[in-house]
Amino acid sequence: MRQIVEVEEVVRETPSTVTLRFPYEPTALPGQFVMVWLPGVDEVPMSLSYSDGEVLKGVTVKVMGEASRRLNEVHRGDLLGIRGPYGNHFDLSPSKILVVAGGSGAAVLAPAAEAAKRRGAHISVALGATTATELLFKERFRRFADEVIISTDDGTEGEKGYVTDLLPSLLARGHYSALWTCGPEVMMVKALRAATSHGVPYFGSLERVMKCAVNLCDACAFGPYHVCTEGPVFPGTVLSQVEDFGTFKREASGRKVRA
Amino acid sequence: MDLLQTRVTGVDFRNPILLASGIWGESGISLTRAYEGGAGGVVTKSIGSEPRSGYPNPTIEKNGTWGLLNAMGLPNPGIESYGEEVRYALSRGVRVVGSVFGGTAEEFARLSQAMEALGVAAIELNLSCPHAKGYGSEIGSDPEALAEVVRAVKSAVRLPVWAKLTPNTADPASLGRAAERAGADAISAINTLRGMAIDPVTMRPILSHVSGGLSGPAIKPIGLAFVWQVFEAVHIPIIGIGGISRPEDVFEYLLAGASLVEVGTAVMEGGGPLFGQLARGVSDILVTHGLKSVSESVGAAHRR
Repeated sequence: MRQIVEVEEVVRETPSTVTLRFPYEPTALPGQFVMVWLPGVDEVPMSLSYSDGEVLKGVTVKVMGEASRRLNEVHRGDLLGIRGPYGNHFDLSPSKILVVAGGSGAAVLAPAAEAAKRRGAHISVALGATTATELLFKERFRRFADEVIISTDDGTEGEKGYVTDLLPSLLARGHYSALWTCGPEVMMVKALRAATSHGVPYFGSLERVMKCAVNLCDACAFGPYHVCTEGPVFPGTVLSQVEDFGTFKREASGRKVRA
Repeated sequence: MDLLQTRVTGVDFRNPILLASGIWGESGISLTRAYEGGAGGVVTKSIGSEPRSGYPNPTIEKNGTWGLLNAMGLPNPGIESYGEEVRYALSRGVRVVGSVFGGTAEEFARLSQAMEALGVAAIELNLSCPHAKGYGSEIGSDPEALAEVVRAVKSAVRLPVWAKLTPNTADPASLGRAAERAGADAISAINTLRGMAIDPVTMRPILSHVSGGLSGPAIKPIGLAFVWQVFEAVHIPIIGIGGISRPEDVFEYLLAGASLVEVGTAVMEGGGPLFGQLARGVSDILVTHGLKSVSESVGAAHRR
């Protein structure tokens, strides 16, 4: 089930993120993830940043720990083991979508928004990062989105502040049929509150510790769900019912800790 | 489904099909989902004294031809943190069996006492994990070491004690007899078989731990033969485990001598509802054979 692939392209996106492109045949829908094995190092879950309709699939890796640091040092021609795709995907049917991307959350949202655009949806993007150089896929979004609004924590580009600060005015004038989000979970919680108060259906992509990724080990248990198979994309109606959302995560041991 | 109700080691189960240890066992909600899906009971993940992260990934290798290999490395939050998960499941009426692993007989005994205090119905001793240094089958493949653990736990708790045996042995009967003589109330068998996978392109082992445990349909014949042999060697009940995914598999284990079964790998595809499907299927099979209870079928294939 694991395919060994050769990395064909390495694209430095921001100082802390890099995109690895590789040939991988299995059909993947936007929002799904793969398990990426860097032999001798680790195997980690990565949402596909190039998925639907692409022969050269891709993952965009942000340096977080040892595994992602080593993935950031991968060169063209290096070998990766890929299994998947796993999990569910974004429903592409809404006609007017507000995409709220925080930091590396843009990795999964960009291909989903592109796919929705191909189906004729109107796409607004609220893109946030800590600082201007860390804005992920800014140019990619600008190529297809109907509008792209930027925020940075330090004010080096766009509005100064968090990306969620942009939401009240966007939601007030937008008449959106969906809000899609991915990023730090505290940000996703704020976005859910904003979407709910404007009656906009919300879908967020979650991140949890993954081990088996095939519904057995329980490492990704999130309330009564397994993120690997019943996620990673959850509707706000579900997230608002799960106590863990924005509050608890499980460590590799399974111990529940405050997020 | 009264036909399926059964009592084993003094514990009542609404049906003989339990969730196996290590599957869905990190969270109390997941245990509850398996029970609500129709399981007769659930066995917790194997719990130790301290939080343990387990091995780095890759921890599994799945293969359409032979099944699933895993070397999770006994990840668990430690008995103290795990209490809330057990209490959650118990508060929802779930029949919970607590699985524990230790490096010494005393550690097994302490953990079993802690499980007993949480209110579980029985203790299952993990004497058989094939991929954790100093634990599991490293203790459980030596009849004397296994007996020492069972004796220590039996003198520490009042609950029924199930000894989960390793198939990585040349002599299942003597392991079974050692457990029985030491006072075990039941034998669970089998755990996974040691195996490994090598990637031919990168020319290295796939699992970070190199070797792991094989599970899934490939090991059913091995589990059946193990249960068969142990059934002829001991008088205590047996919990049959290994490669069960269909009602017929459950029935075959009962015929070989199992009083209960546990299901693990098949949950990957079937989820919680698998348990209800298996229970209904087994009920139908019993009716077809004119059997009035699960216990009438236990060991029936030995009456040749």
